[in-house]
Amino acid sequence: MDTIVKLAYLLASVLFIVGIKKMNKPSTARGGNGMSAIGMLIAILATMVQLELATLPEILLCIAIGSAIGLYVAKKVQMTQMPEMVALFNGFGGLASVGVGISEYWRESYERGMEIHNVTLVSILLSVLIGGITFTGSYIAYAKLSGKISGNSIVYKGQHLINLLLLLAGIVAGAVVMWQQDMIIGMYVLLAISLLLGVLVVIPIGGADMPVVISLLNSYSGMAACATGFVLNNYMLIVAGALVGSSGIILTDIMCKGMNRSLLNVVMGGFGQTSGAVVTVGGKSDLVVKEVGVEEAAMLFDSASSVVIVPGYGMAVAQAQHIIKEMMDILLKKNINVRFAIHPVAGRMPGHMNVLLAESNVPYDRLLEPEQIDDDLSNTDIVYVVGANDVVNPAARHDKNSPIYGMPIINVDKAKTVIVSKRSMASGYAGIENELFGYPNCLMLFGDAKATLTKVVNELKEM
Amino acid sequence: MSTEILIALIYVLILASYCGFELISKVPPTLHTPLMSGSNAISGITIVGSILCCNQLGYTQLSKILGLLAIILAMINVVGGYAVTDRMLKMFKK
Repeated sequence: MDTIVKLAYLLASVLFIVGIKKMNKPSTARGGNGMSAIGMLIAILATMVQLELATLPEILLCIAIGSAIGLYVAKKVQMTQMPEMVALFNGFGGLASVGVGISEYWRESYERGMEIHNVTLVSILLSVLIGGITFTGSYIAYAKLSGKISGNSIVYKGQHLINLLLLLAGIVAGAVVMWQQDMIIGMYVLLAISLLLGVLVVIPIGGADMPVVISLLNSYSGMAACATGFVLNNYMLIVAGALVGSSGIILTDIMCKGMNRSLLNVVMGGFGQTSGAVVTVGGKSDLVVKEVGVEEAAMLFDSASSVVIVPGYGMAVAQAQHIIKEMMDILLKKNINVRFAIHPVAGRMPGHMNVLLAESNVPYDRLLEPEQIDDDLSNTDIVYVVGANDVVNPAARHDKNSPIYGMPIINVDKAKTVIVSKRSMASGYAGIENELFGYPNCLMLFGDAKATLTKVVNELKEM
Repeated sequence: MSTEILIALIYVLILASYCGFELISKVPPTLHTPLMSGSNAISGITIVGSILCCNQLGYTQLSKILGLLAIILAMINVVGGYAVTDRMLKMFKK
């Protein structure tokens, strides 16, 4: 029986790996996700057969409750809410690790009065620490993303010192448990510190840096699963946890590169608010911009032969993805080439824009990365920027004083004409003015993206 | 736990991490959100640990209660994660 269980765990591990492998193409990704889910089912069944029969009903009941909640949320959530939902689920994973760690500790030391091996005890302490940070950190990320609390960065003096001291105190608490296993007070202190740290680590991080934080927390939840694997001596948990951990680290790295900032810089937080550069927050801009009306914009689109659309978080806020797809269809019918250029950090999580456009049925082969489209931009008649700001700011190329200097951007200013949909002249996340708006080839289409675009589409239909 | 078991566990950790880095760096940006929610579902593998924590009769012990709670949480993560990933991937069309 034991051998069969171990083989089943091996099979599940293989299914997780192959499932992730299949994620490398949109055409096979769905199958890959299915394989991974089957792997999980096998893992759960193989675990259940080891149980005492009498415990099965209550375990099955809990499984059913959890599944029902998960399924309900997954069905109900809107695609624009995906970042906060991923954050929330991630937090549950972290809390589950905390539960397993403490449960194991309690049973061995108090219910059985056994000595826990050092390696196991360290793993338990790590599950609790990482799991606790993941739980509250993800919850704060969720609250920020869903607007339950302000998405702004919250910074105060001595913030990092306090976090560091807390972490040290956590390590001391863990050491106390290592020294005297039944010093449960150490465990309580460690748990409290980890929960507090999760909150304190995420509050200084502002809205547009959320893609980095979500990726990082995702990686933590994998590491917590790994630690649980060390507690239980289970290879499968380690394989699965390592896959998630490395996935989170890679995404974190891609997001940081997309902003030309180090992970440390993001985690320290307060971007835009603390930088010494000239900031005109809420002030009048001295840029001279050219405005364009709905009719004129429609005429420009109509006479173009190639259009590149650059979406940003504003598109998600305005829910403009469906009307954009409608415009794409009309333009394609007029034999105008339409493509999308998507910056890696556009939106609130990696790939956010791609999912929204997929939801509105834009084929994924029209979605390009900045470097794929860069050479073509100078031959493009119109670049339409919708809800993006800092990622198209040419200052990143040449202005050494700009906080975003060196960040890879989409060079939309190379195109013949740039039309920017914007509600007002407010600055972007970095709090800096976008000099693009003052360029001679840039036209501003003021108003809510969805409303103005609907008018443009109606004009286009009549042409 | 013997040193031998520990070494074996570390072997698995290193090899699996390497494997993860290799595979995930090949995932195109367009699939990053599904990758994230899908891997999030995989991190619900702690369900195995939570089930094993419940392998005792009665409800008087703290370890059992924590285990049952962990099952619910991990299952939300697993089922919700896979279901929402599937919903997203269904939308990706050429």
